[in-house]
Amino acid sequence: MQEIMKQAKLKAEELLTKGVVNRVIGWTEGDFSYDCSPATFTLDNLDKFVYTEFCGANLSKYLIEESKKEGKILVFLKPCDTYSFNQLIQEHRIKRENIYVVGIECRGKVDIDKLRAFGIDGVLGCKTEGDKLICDTIYGEKTVDKVDVMLEKCLSCKGKKHVVYDELIGEEVVEEPKDRFGMVAQLEAMTEDERYKFWQNELSKCIRCNACRNVCPACSCVHCVFDNPDSNIASKANTDRFEEKLYHIIRAWHVAGRCTDCGECSRVCPQGIPLHLINRKFIKDMNEFYGEYQAGEDTETKAPLNSYTFGDREPHEFDTKEGK
Amino acid sequence: MQVENKTFKPTIVAFCCNWCSYAGADLAGSARLSYPAEVKIIRIPCSCRLNPMFILKAFQRGADGVILCGCHPGDCHYTTGNYYARRRMTTLFSMLNYLGIEKERTRVEWVSAAEGAKFSAVMNDFVATITALGENKKLEDLRCKK
Repeated sequence: MQEIMKQAKLKAEELLTKGVVNRVIGWTEGDFSYDCSPATFTLDNLDKFVYTEFCGANLSKYLIEESKKEGKILVFLKPCDTYSFNQLIQEHRIKRENIYVVGIECRGKVDIDKLRAFGIDGVLGCKTEGDKLICDTIYGEKTVDKVDVMLEKCLSCKGKKHVVYDELIGEEVVEEPKDRFGMVAQLEAMTEDERYKFWQNELSKCIRCNACRNVCPACSCVHCVFDNPDSNIASKANTDRFEEKLYHIIRAWHVAGRCTDCGECSRVCPQGIPLHLINRKFIKDMNEFYGEYQAGEDTETKAPLNSYTFGDREPHEFDTKEGK
Repeated sequence: MQVENKTFKPTIVAFCCNWCSYAGADLAGSARLSYPAEVKIIRIPCSCRLNPMFILKAFQRGADGVILCGCHPGDCHYTTGNYYARRRMTTLFSMLNYLGIEKERTRVEWVSAAEGAKFSAVMNDFVATITALGENKKLEDLRCKK
């Protein structure tokens, strides 16, 4: 990872000096090394740029505003981020000609909360060696299996191939996509009441901080339905269990067919609600009903809800195997 | 204390397409075919006008069941509206069921302007189903309770 970061920094420096781009969007460390957040850089502050095991944030959404500005911007995208990027191009949200995309190698990012659950505190830095993660902490060096501490979204990685880029840094590890729908299938196998209890339990934790909406690359509306005072649920805490359900159903619905399953919603949720399970249900359904579709894989294919066939299954047939 | 002996009467919201089922309801009326008074009809210009938010809002405001009636696939006044509606409702109903809402509470039926008898039959059947199912508890909003 150190090597990749050095290369990325050199690449940024080169493109900035040449004048190909006038700014860079990447990640920077906060007070702690695991506190990585997106930031823009120019030659003045490029030394603050980092690319570590904690850079899980998807930078695509920031390009909506950034690409409207003067001059070209350099962006580093991990393989899963490139799907969101493609999706935003398809929706005409970003200006491709103002962006220079550098695909950057990713082998799975680390969740600091999971590390802490393993009793690893005071983390100064981490590096991957094979399947192990070696953490440098104030209490000395500690080693864990990386798969145990990876972000939820990395456990169901879509593969390590960039679908769009101008240039690549690092290698593209060829990897079979992992099974994404295991948990969804488990929930489907439960009874209605069990499912209701499960979701009641999860969704009642929601504090309506709107982090899932704000981070979601598909939630790119200028005027969001939830900011509408007439919606009854604009920017306030849920006072009733109906509201949290309404919010999450409608949010998932609005990104249905456009969600690339980047997993940012679950990553940023301060309450740890498995929001990706709602989005994945839509993805799984649409794959089963209307044929395999991966949002953001290219910029041409029509989304399932934007098209139809004459022989589509009837609405009450959603839980039958074959439909009509 | 007097115990009130009330039989459960559901509230049903029926979203009807202006060009077919709304006229179908009219026909049912002029043919003197009865459908239950629990059904509250809301006219929409096409079945694909139905925003999923409407369905949830109906449940919030006390509906026990929501039914969407549109033109038969192939007969849409706007050529393709009901094809889109069909895909949307299939995925939405599947999602509601995934969150634990009974699948019988939501329904889509294709009723043309000439099918007054079908309209009446569908509504009778739907009201019977919901009455058997009982009150909507899972998607209720306590603040909207009477």
